[in-house]
Amino acid sequence: MSLNNAMLEKYRNNFLQEVAGNVEQGDWVKMCMQCGVCAGSCPLGDAWEHSPQKIFMMIRANRREQVLSSDSMWMCTSCYHCVVRCPRGLPIPHIMHGLASYAKRLGLAPKSNPTLWFAEVFWNNMLKKGRVNELKLGLSLYFKDGFASGIKQAMAHQKLGINMLKAKRMAPMDMFAGHAIKDIFGLHKMIRKAQEIEAAKLEANSK
Amino acid sequence: MTEVVATNHTILVVGAGISGITAAVEAAETGNNVVLVEKRPYLGGRVSQLYKYFPKLCFPSCGLEINQRRLSAQGGISILTMAEVTAVSGSEGNYSATVKISPRFVNENCTACGACGDVVEAEFDNEHNYGLNKRKGAYLPYNMAKPQRYVIDPRIIGTDDAEKAKAACKYAAIDLDMQEQTIEFKAGAIIWATGWQPYDANKIQPYGYDRYANVITSVEFERMMDKFGPTGGKILRPSDNAEAKDIAFIQCAGSRDRNHLKHCSRICCMATLKQSTYITEQYGVDDADAKGTIYYIDIRSIDRFEDFYRKVQNDPKISFIRSKVANIVQDKDQNPILNGVDTEGYHRYENRHDLVVLAIGMEPSVNKDSFPLEIVINEHGFIEADEANGGIFAAGCASDALDVNRAVQTATAAALRAVQVVNRVAGSEG
Repeated sequence: MSLNNAMLEKYRNNFLQEVAGNVEQGDWVKMCMQCGVCAGSCPLGDAWEHSPQKIFMMIRANRREQVLSSDSMWMCTSCYHCVVRCPRGLPIPHIMHGLASYAKRLGLAPKSNPTLWFAEVFWNNMLKKGRVNELKLGLSLYFKDGFASGIKQAMAHQKLGINMLKAKRMAPMDMFAGHAIKDIFGLHKMIRKAQEIEAAKLEANSK
Repeated sequence: MTEVVATNHTILVVGAGISGITAAVEAAETGNNVVLVEKRPYLGGRVSQLYKYFPKLCFPSCGLEINQRRLSAQGGISILTMAEVTAVSGSEGNYSATVKISPRFVNENCTACGACGDVVEAEFDNEHNYGLNKRKGAYLPYNMAKPQRYVIDPRIIGTDDAEKAKAACKYAAIDLDMQEQTIEFKAGAIIWATGWQPYDANKIQPYGYDRYANVITSVEFERMMDKFGPTGGKILRPSDNAEAKDIAFIQCAGSRDRNHLKHCSRICCMATLKQSTYITEQYGVDDADAKGTIYYIDIRSIDRFEDFYRKVQNDPKISFIRSKVANIVQDKDQNPILNGVDTEGYHRYENRHDLVVLAIGMEPSVNKDSFPLEIVINEHGFIEADEANGGIFAAGCASDALDVNRAVQTATAAALRAVQVVNRVAGSEG
């Protein structure tokens, strides 16, 4: 049984409890009193479909599919406007990021969301050498929408690139290998272990 | 020198607002000696600054006058104004209180004729009106002030103004050499009725009370309605003195908020519902521009207050928006613009109003770290009913966020407890 089905089976119609038990900082959701100050304070405003206020209400209303496949959690920029104003002190961006990561793990995250795509590229890029290879990360952003548009983007930023080269802010040799951190194998081991612990916890929770 | 005759049968009442006055009168009416200490130059506290009471919409000046008469008629009460308790020692049935009395510079000869006020030029923020206007350096705090006696502001002492005031007085009532004095006396029980203060609105950063002239607090709005108040009973925008007709009320301004006061201040819902009736009172039912909008999380009007809430809900001039306002900005004409999202439909709004009234929260007027005596307080700074407090009993808003009705009830309760203590003392002495 997939993790998603196992969770569905276990929590049935209590999504609030599922969130409290499995999402980082998810137990805070029940503290929300729906005053709306987070939604009103969010600088993204109308740019996303579900404000934190809506997401929290949807969790209570058992709109599981709708919440987990929402792209709103992926839009949060962690500006913290909502946190400083929330009268109940909910760690709203943390909950949003927790929901995003939970949705991803269950395989319900939106398929074509640019921030989700970027988060994955960033993570994989960082994991390879233990530090971000900015040249490769930048190029993969340029070529995100295909070869032609990538070339166009690169040409448009030609001058910036040359200036960065001159100022030694960009290392062209990173294109081939890039330099790793001292104990890259140690890091990989650590991450693997952390992922194992996390997966085991969710696995145990789903039973 | 001020002399106070007091023994360990005496009940000390600290604070002469509506709770302190009630406790003092009721303790004295049962035959006990009472010393009533008040920090301000006059009695009545914050009730004297209210325009109307909820839910009956009657005038607090009425009940205050009755209580002031009761105070005068009842023997056995010594009243000290401009006086602060600075230390208390001893235990139940045998306290010793130290009281600092600031100089008024005006003695009992004063007839409140006003000649001194006429000649003095220096002006200061009028505390009674929360600084909405100025008063002279020699002043009567407000028309009904008891004692009906002028006060000389210590800031004019040593200036020509002080000499002018003294020269203008026909009754030899001004004594510029009056000094601060400290007295000490005994008391068997103490009723602590130091009341509340509005939460500092400057701390609620997103609402811009410190930046926008047309964002005011509910206590200031209350002063505007007073015929003898800073605006002569008119609702005016502080920025341009134009009539404010489209008025927004923001609930829970400072209350129920972990960044400010954690507790519900309990009075603000009813206070706003009351103040929303001022709009029709001021402009009449036919003025289409006059309207009120109440932004709230939830309206807490319990018991019989529910009827009042229903009445306001049915008022076509008043609308309710369920939303905690996220922030306020202002346009080029200094009109406040409220931003937020409502909870009934999640509509994003950007509403312009003439004037914003913050339903400001209630906090204890004595800071939790500056009590001059050992006392048990809760996490919000209100005094707990605790046996460890011995013969010290809290009354009114020193004990919790209360409306006048409930404050007076706690005052009577505190008086009863204090009377029991002094009766026990008397009994044990045979």
